[in-house]
Amino acid sequence: MRNKIPRVPVREQNPAIRAKNFEEVSYGYNEAEAVLEASRCLSCKNPLCVPSCPVSIQIPQFIREIELGNFKEASAIIAKDSSLPSVCGRVCPQESQCEGTCILGIKGEAVAIGKLERFIGDWSRENNVRFTDKAPANGKKVAIVGSGPAGLACATDLARLGYNVTIFEVLHEPGGVLQYGIPEFRLPKESVVKSEIENVRALGVKIETNVVVGRTVTIDSLMDEEGFSAVFIGSGAGLPKFMSIPGENLNGVVSANEFLTRNNLMRAYDPEHDTPIYVGKRVVVVGGGNVAMDAARTALRLGADVTVAYRRTEKELPARVEEVHHAKQEGIIFRMLTNPVAILGDERGWVRGIRCISMELGEPDSSGRRSPVPIPDSDFEIETDVVIMSLGTSPNPLIASTTPGLDTNKWNCIVANDDGQTSRPGIFAGGDAVTGAATVILAMGAGRKAAAAIDRYIKDFS
Amino acid sequence: MYKILVKRDLTPIITLMEVEAPRMAKAAKPGQFLIVRAHDKGERIPLTICDYDAKKGTVTIVTQVVGASSRQICHLNEGDSFTDFVGPLGLPSEFIHLSDEAVSKMRFLFIAGGLGTAPVYPQVKYLHSKGASVDVIIGAKTKDLIIFEKEMRAVCDNLFICTDDGTAGRKGLVTEIMKELLEEDKAKASVPGHKKYDHAVAIGPMIMMKFVTIAARPFEIPLIVSLNTLMVDGTGMCGACRVTVGGKVKFACVEGPEFDAYAVDFEEAMRRQTMYKSIEIEADHKCNIGLDKK
Ligand SMILES: Cc1cc2nc3c(=O)[nH]c(=O)nc-3n(C[C@H](O)[C@H](O)[C@H](O)COP(=O)(O)OP(=O)(O)OC[C@H]3O[C@@H](n4cnc5c(N)ncnc54)[C@H](O)[C@@H]3O)c2cc1C
Ligand SMILES: Cc1cc2nc3c(=O)[nH]c(=O)nc-3n(C[C@H](O)[C@H](O)[C@H](O)COP(=O)(O)OP(=O)(O)OC[C@H]3O[C@@H](n4cnc5c(N)ncnc54)[C@H](O)[C@@H]3O)c2cc1C
Ligand code: SF4
Ligand code: SF4
Ligand code: FES
Repeated sequence: MRNKIPRVPVREQNPAIRAKNFEEVSYGYNEAEAVLEASRCLSCKNPLCVPSCPVSIQIPQFIREIELGNFKEASAIIAKDSSLPSVCGRVCPQESQCEGTCILGIKGEAVAIGKLERFIGDWSRENNVRFTDKAPANGKKVAIVGSGPAGLACATDLARLGYNVTIFEVLHEPGGVLQYGIPEFRLPKESVVKSEIENVRALGVKIETNVVVGRTVTIDSLMDEEGFSAVFIGSGAGLPKFMSIPGENLNGVVSANEFLTRNNLMRAYDPEHDTPIYVGKRVVVVGGGNVAMDAARTALRLGADVTVAYRRTEKELPARVEEVHHAKQEGIIFRMLTNPVAILGDERGWVRGIRCISMELGEPDSSGRRSPVPIPDSDFEIETDVVIMSLGTSPNPLIASTTPGLDTNKWNCIVANDDGQTSRPGIFAGGDAVTGAATVILAMGAGRKAAAAIDRYIKDFS
Repeated sequence: MYKILVKRDLTPIITLMEVEAPRMAKAAKPGQFLIVRAHDKGERIPLTICDYDAKKGTVTIVTQVVGASSRQICHLNEGDSFTDFVGPLGLPSEFIHLSDEAVSKMRFLFIAGGLGTAPVYPQVKYLHSKGASVDVIIGAKTKDLIIFEKEMRAVCDNLFICTDDGTAGRKGLVTEIMKELLEEDKAKASVPGHKKYDHAVAIGPMIMMKFVTIAARPFEIPLIVSLNTLMVDGTGMCGACRVTVGGKVKFACVEGPEFDAYAVDFEEAMRRQTMYKSIEIEADHKCNIGLDKK
């Protein structure tokens, strides 16, 4: 019986060793493991997994090809719906998407869809399998703002359709969060991110780094002066939130974005690079999402003792289950139902500790979520040298404020319909810039939908 | 791209460079800055845009050696290129929103400390071109550290110079000259035809801006300072540049770098600037024994 085989475990770096390096934690499947795991899939006629994948990858079909050893065919099937399998296979929250509804998960363990997808992504790269076929050039120019998953996916589809595509990126390296946010030990930069970006370039997409849209150029100048027929905004949600509690500007308090950018984009962990990073001996990370886990595990690897303070319980942790599991294995301490009320400084203005209050979960609110409420007089202090604030991010208002007529909502998110159409004709948007901080695969899906809509828009006009 | 077309040492530790950056040259306005990386393992270093020429497609920067990264920048030569050069960043000076007519009737006082003369220059030049009257005070430790004297003289009405050691201009601090000028200004307030200072701008080391702010406060003259906080991305993504202004936390890279001086918490701003100092001293130390990258 197919479903009698247990889920094939994935080989990982030993926690004690990996806690001290930045190499990838998970080794992924080899061919034999992938074929064996693929054999567990029931090839459901009515697969429950597919509707839970935001880009509806034909999951049973590609897994079937793996089982038969036809990796190139598997790669072609995934490529129809996703341009970043090596990335999504690694970072999608599978437990709440495809694997969360896999039929095998009801009684036992779901098929390891993510690990299989990663296997195919990596295999394709290692075997130089690229799908670069594209329609003849149609002479129309499209500009993409931002080189994160949304922008890359949109650019890929448009290039395939024959458009002349230029991506404008403000940072010096393309990739968005894949480059500056998600650390090396979860998503290798050289082997995975750079090569996925090379695939996009191989389709003829130009990437111009060091361009601040809204300052160096504006959306209107791109359309009016540089001849772009349409623009897609995939500028992400990069603006970090702080708590507005006393002591937040002490030396030693940083946002997770700053900490991770110094470490990932600027490679501060590598002594060859010049950018400094400060971790001290003890670090408290405030928050419970993927970003908090990444910051915590990065600080650990830089040599600190790390505590994660989260105001709800473990059940509500928004981070991927795998990351929480890995973080615990590596020795990160979790303090649940804990909320900071003040950061304490020494006489020189450096952090010496953090005052927290204990929380309990109250009655469910209108959304059905039980929100945390402080327990009176339960204050306590944790000694620490560094506090990393990881409380979420919102879209940067720069583009909206320099593009007349582009509507945003009260969270600074650009207003766009399902196709990415904004309040201005010819201007499309998608990914975190529209939804607020979400996931790689949702951003990619939005980029692809917008690409189709841009194609229709330009064809209608000419 | 980002090729250094002209390099000129203004003093042994201050270097001017004209850099090819056509898109930026077209978009730059007074008060804005840029971020450079000198090589592919380098830091992102913020520098003020000191001049720009849209026709030539060049942007001018002036860098003072204070640590490892600024030294790497100053070591580049004509013909070399920056790995990265991004901008313009930050908000332009507020006066660019005033009508030319309004500006032509105004009188400005600029207080420049040391290297701060470089960022002051494009602002004075802009105001001068719109017909405003502009007086400038330049202060420096010693004669050799005075920069842009000739250029500044060409675009302002009166130039006052002081040095700590008296080797050029008056011996003393910029705050002393400023107080005298503001007192004289007040005394003449009722004299017919006297044009009062409408606005003051101070740019220089944080400590200088702090003391200028204290000295200017009794005169109730609007005063703007430009804050050189720590920065990483310069686009609002990291919060390294946060400063407290009027009790509110602001990101200097997107909401500044210019702020109302009287609202700035200088103590905090100065403390935050030192956050990576101890780490950098180690980097510099390594360099002395030859283990450094450059
Ligand atoms: C630390 C961290 C960990 C995460 N972990 C996961 C995970 O495990 N799984 C998962 O699915 N999701 C994860 N996410 C979320 C996911 O990365 C994002 O939802 C996704 O990257 C959004 O893609 P995007 O293309 O919309 O934006 P981004 O990836 O943010 O890319 C936007 C790009 O636009 C550029 N840009 C912004 N403004 C301008 C401008 N004015 N001009 C030019 N360029 C501009 C930015 O520099 C950036 O490169 C994580 C996020 C973070 C921060
Ligand atoms: C908006 C703005 C405009 C600036 N304009 C100029 C200019 O036109 N010319 C010029 O020479 N300098 C300017 N500076 C300051 C310049 O960025 C710093 O001197 C430089 O970063 C110092 O780096 P370092 O490694 O050589 O020095 P170190 O002192 O060794 O640097 C230590 C660390 O702190 C950071 N740092 C230290 N001092 C500063 C500072 N004052 N500002 C920002 N980061 C700092 C560095 O990035 C580095 O990470 C400006 C700064 C800002 C924010
Ligand atoms: S893209 Fe993500 S959700 Fe879709 S199948 Fe792959 S891992 Fe699952
Ligand atoms: S639901 Fe599970 S078993 Fe069924 S096709 Fe999808 S992955 Fe295979
Ligand atoms: S420098 Fe990063 S937010 Fe200002």
